[in-house]
Amino acid sequence: MKTIRLYLHYVSINIRCMMQYKTSFLLSAIGQFLVSFNVFLGIFFMFQRFSNVEGFTYSEVLLCFSVVLLEFALAEMVARGFDTFSGMVRSGEFDRILVRPQNEILQVLGSKFELTRIGRILQAVVMFTYGIVKSNVVWSLSKICTLLFMLIGGTVVFTALFFIYAALCFFTLEGLEFMNVFTDGAREFGKYPLGIYGKKMLLFMTFVIPYALIQYYPLLYILDRRTSIFYMLLPLAACWFFVPALLLWKFGVRCYQSSGS
Amino acid sequence: MKKYLSFFQLRFAMGLQYRTAALAGIITQFAWGGMQVMMYRAFYHTDAAAFPMTLSATASYIWLQQAFLAFFAVWMMENEIFDSIVNGNIAYELCRPVSIYNMWAARSIASRLARAVLRCFPILIVAAFIPQPYGIGTPASLLHFLLFVLSLILGLAVTITFCLLIYVLAFFTISPQGLRMVFTSCVEFFSGAVIPLPFFPDKIRSVMELLPFASMQNAALRIYSASIGTDEIRRAIGLQVFWLVVLTAAGKLLCRLAEKRIIVQGG
Repeated sequence: MKTIRLYLHYVSINIRCMMQYKTSFLLSAIGQFLVSFNVFLGIFFMFQRFSNVEGFTYSEVLLCFSVVLLEFALAEMVARGFDTFSGMVRSGEFDRILVRPQNEILQVLGSKFELTRIGRILQAVVMFTYGIVKSNVVWSLSKICTLLFMLIGGTVVFTALFFIYAALCFFTLEGLEFMNVFTDGAREFGKYPLGIYGKKMLLFMTFVIPYALIQYYPLLYILDRRTSIFYMLLPLAACWFFVPALLLWKFGVRCYQSSGS
Repeated sequence: MKKYLSFFQLRFAMGLQYRTAALAGIITQFAWGGMQVMMYRAFYHTDAAAFPMTLSATASYIWLQQAFLAFFAVWMMENEIFDSIVNGNIAYELCRPVSIYNMWAARSIASRLARAVLRCFPILIVAAFIPQPYGIGTPASLLHFLLFVLSLILGLAVTITFCLLIYVLAFFTISPQGLRMVFTSCVEFFSGAVIPLPFFPDKIRSVMELLPFASMQNAALRIYSASIGTDEIRRAIGLQVFWLVVLTAAGKLLCRLAEKRIIVQGG
């Protein structure tokens, strides 16, 4: 309870800090909105030309895209503190965090709460609503549950990826650009159901990084392509991914040698 | 001219220093390109008849786009220039007997060229070994290849003059962040970085092809695999020259205007 109160306190400091630069805040929020809007336009115009892709229609892809976008946006809002973590390690800021009598993860998370990403969240919520209205899904209790599970599982998986990104900084001291493939790339290419990328890719995304568990399989259940209850629970199973991420982080903290500046 | 050449050399040598960053960039771009090829393959499998160009031409387009990303990515603008406008360091530059427009141009060309030199060859070589139609194909003919190179250079020039225009506009808005984001997303969309222009519906496409954004990457990448005819190639290159002249003139004019009424922020 105390940790949550402390976290909220961090968040409120961050928000007040950002509100000192109102125009800049507004413009970056608009910018964020436009960037994600481009992805939507890309899908929209592709489907002006093609009626479906591997059997998925426009409204089905839209549902898929909007769910992934919302998952990503939620994870990003919480865990983007990890995005600038390389700077924290390099500047020695992390040393200061370690000597404080509080959980280090909480402090890193609290160091940066990206409210400018509100543009992306807003976009995600609008798209999500649009996607749900447009989809011709007959919603039942089990499907609503599946959707909720997708959001939970997806947020966990993306947060875990941000954790891994940060944990690797302990060893490399600088942010690794190629990790973007797994975060931003997953958002970008997760707009289409992952099955379209071919069998091998799907296997990779099922067993190595569980993207397919939070996107493709439950989507098949929602779209009535599969009826087994097993598909409904897969997104929750994807939460296992958080374990290796956390272990890697713990290992990183243990091995941490201050960069010395 | 000599002083701008040394600005160029300085910047170019500096750009070549970031080799680890380049390696990480290459891996990222390679994964990105691969995913994109697989995505278009799925569309091709579904409905080959609706595809506006051949699959191998599309794959070549994607790989070239990744290889020359540093040429055309508008988001890779020089932060230092924006910073110098915001924090007032630009005052030092203005004291020097150089035109800031030309100096910025020399810097931009150098840093983009350095990035591209480091990154393009590994991507091109590996992509050449990927089996057809998923790898990069050979150019349609020697003439097409030469025209591709010409158009690539013109495209780089158009991109840079456009970026210069945004730097100059930052004099007027002071906070460049919003300006930058709005322009970047517009360029991404209209230049064919989101989806290649041939995939747009015909009516919209014919308008988009006239805009300066189509003179950036679209022209060169489509000439390479000859997905446009001879007349269209002539028109595309003509448009590139036209926009290059217009954008340079606009940039220089605005720059002179800005220099006259400049207020140095802080210092």
